[in-house]
Amino acid sequence: MLNTLKNRFEQGYRTSRYPLEKIALWKRYRGMPQINKNAPADLVCQCAEACPQDAIDAENRLIDMGRCIFCGTCERISKGQFISFTQDFEISVAEKKHLLTDGTLSSLADHSKQHFKKLFGRSLQLRQVSAAGCNACEADLNVLATPFFDLARFGINFVASPRHSDGIVVTGPISRNMKTALLKTYEAVPDPKVVIAVGSCTLTGGPFRGSPEITEGLDSLLPVDLFIPGCPPHPLTNLHALLTYFK
Amino acid sequence: MKTDFLEISNGEAISRNQIPHLSFDAFHQEALDIVGNGGKVVHYFAYSDGGSVKLLAVLRTDTLLVAGCDAPEAYPSLSNQCEPFHMFEREMAEQFGIRPEGHPWLKMVRYHPNCRNVPDVFGNNYQEDIPGNYDYYSVEGEEIHEVAVGPVHAGVIEPGHFRFNCIGERVLNLEIQLGYQHRGIETLLTQVDAKRLPVLAESIAGDTTVGHSLCMAQAMEALSSAGPDAGAKIIRTIDFELERIQNHVGDLGALSGDVAFLPPANYCGRMRGDFLNMALLLCGNRFSKGFIRPGGVLFSMDNEVRNILIERIVEIKPQVKHVIELLFSTSSVRSRFEGCGAVSKSDAEKLGLVGPAGRACGIPYDVRRCFPTEHYGNLDIPENAEPTGDVYARAKVRADEVMQSIDLIQSMLNDPVETNCVGSGNVSPAPSSFVVTVNEAWRGEVSHCVLTDAESNILRYKIKDPSFHNWNGLSMSLRDTEISDFPLNNKSYNLSYCGFDL
Repeated sequence: MLNTLKNRFEQGYRTSRYPLEKIALWKRYRGMPQINKNAPADLVCQCAEACPQDAIDAENRLIDMGRCIFCGTCERISKGQFISFTQDFEISVAEKKHLLTDGTLSSLADHSKQHFKKLFGRSLQLRQVSAAGCNACEADLNVLATPFFDLARFGINFVASPRHSDGIVVTGPISRNMKTALLKTYEAVPDPKVVIAVGSCTLTGGPFRGSPEITEGLDSLLPVDLFIPGCPPHPLTNLHALLTYFK
Repeated sequence: MKTDFLEISNGEAISRNQIPHLSFDAFHQEALDIVGNGGKVVHYFAYSDGGSVKLLAVLRTDTLLVAGCDAPEAYPSLSNQCEPFHMFEREMAEQFGIRPEGHPWLKMVRYHPNCRNVPDVFGNNYQEDIPGNYDYYSVEGEEIHEVAVGPVHAGVIEPGHFRFNCIGERVLNLEIQLGYQHRGIETLLTQVDAKRLPVLAESIAGDTTVGHSLCMAQAMEALSSAGPDAGAKIIRTIDFELERIQNHVGDLGALSGDVAFLPPANYCGRMRGDFLNMALLLCGNRFSKGFIRPGGVLFSMDNEVRNILIERIVEIKPQVKHVIELLFSTSSVRSRFEGCGAVSKSDAEKLGLVGPAGRACGIPYDVRRCFPTEHYGNLDIPENAEPTGDVYARAKVRADEVMQSIDLIQSMLNDPVETNCVGSGNVSPAPSSFVVTVNEAWRGEVSHCVLTDAESNILRYKIKDPSFHNWNGLSMSLRDTEISDFPLNNKSYNLSYCGFDL
């Protein structure tokens, strides 16, 4: 008993005050990309060529955050002169076309569906479906339940059954073998329901694009309400998206 | 023992001509002899070379051994005489349609058509996208009941199907059918540009990003003679040990939660996050994605980073130690852990268990000691082995490794580390070559094999995650165990679905 209490005191109080207080992430973290529209054309082409995800539109100088895995190759090659990544982790969008960005992002709150806020603002129960995710996106959704983030204090929980949930959170590039199970889980959620796509794989196929075994984009199967980019998205990116879209 | 198999070092590239090409009978017999005498199977797979199909085996004794032969359409199963070939033969049957006659349990592994368009060995119709569409092993009797779980599980975890045959609470058999996560990675790796290779390696299993990235980087380095400098090796070793701690700490918390002792569950969840953030400190990503590339690393560890890391570890180390002590000194925890889901050493040998799952059964094999890569040759890796093979042993091995890994990291942080960061990490491999790389990931032996053709293209990329060995260990643990102890046993292994499904 004494040992239990000693540990309790040693651990202290750890819960973050986000979103009331801002959190500054470490400078090596790569969040919202910034684009220099006036970068030399050959540098832009070099970045587009080297991007492992072919996420850069050299002609229009845009970056597709759905494809991007935030590896920083373009930033390294251009030494920040074309693309640089800021530490801004609030990068989720409500419409897929907003993922293709010139470095600016319209506020997620402005694109939230207002009836969702009314329906789910005080209580949101979600069923997570891993559809061939590599367990990184899953892990960083799981940590939302740990004391630092403590998702439950916002009235948001991950639940065991789709029948008890208000929507699904999908991770992974939706393998052929997982498609049926995913669609059945979606069907089992009572209306009205939300669909949240988490991570580069779910948004566009991610690193697996081109494989006949996967689906390039959840939105080709289901109506997606919220797109959360990243490989994997930082837990704070997930938290920001859920709070901004539903609260 | 004299053998025609060629001795090869971990991460040593050789010309494919040097791989002994035996007759099938000699290959078959020698492989059986080596494994029958205590050797282990690291790889056993098929590949297409021009018009013909060939087999290749990498075995290990106290050294790595390799040999190949032409593939027959069907052959008498090796598993019949020697159990450790069991999964490999099934995988080969699925990937290439080569039938091991008389295999004791010939069923699909990942549920996909074979790459040669020959008739399916399992008689599956792949128009239906359901790996679980299959006659499960079933026990008959009036009071027998079946429990089907998955593919979508109750928690935030990867998909797979578990089929329990029980009498009352007691599990007679657990059959595990995976394949839901199959993304076709091995094929994709032979088709994509060099720039995509490291990114794919990072996504084989996100919780083993470092393990798989190192296997790929070492393979590409060997094939292109573009080795990392000493500093990069130290940084990669630190990152690899961080990955071990992240996962072990998280799982110790989950184990505590599964026996309803909540304080360590919460503390470990938080501390795991702190270790993930140490990876972010190194490279900007909590799972070390975008860090390791052939030739070295993309980020240096300057003194600023090194000092923050030292500070953070000094702060968290006593917390981790005390929580582990709390967990193991609590009698309600001990009574649930001890004796639960025990696997005997002889069963573990036959199943080929690796990593903490093997060490918990008294098999001390650890790649870091036996075939050291990176900076491990300069480190003193303790030998861990517990005799009991139960949940307690698996938890104990992992708890010991957490503290050992913290010490290892601290020892590597004592002095400044300098490295020249690599640019892109794109390398062109040598033509007609072969390499095998082996590393000790947190779940155990992870290994990649790469074969290149005369034009330096990747002809075959074979991946083996430790989970490929260990899933059958979980099945074995559940024999005669109460079904309510399944989550506890499952957590004690915490195996990879995507690493298995590829």
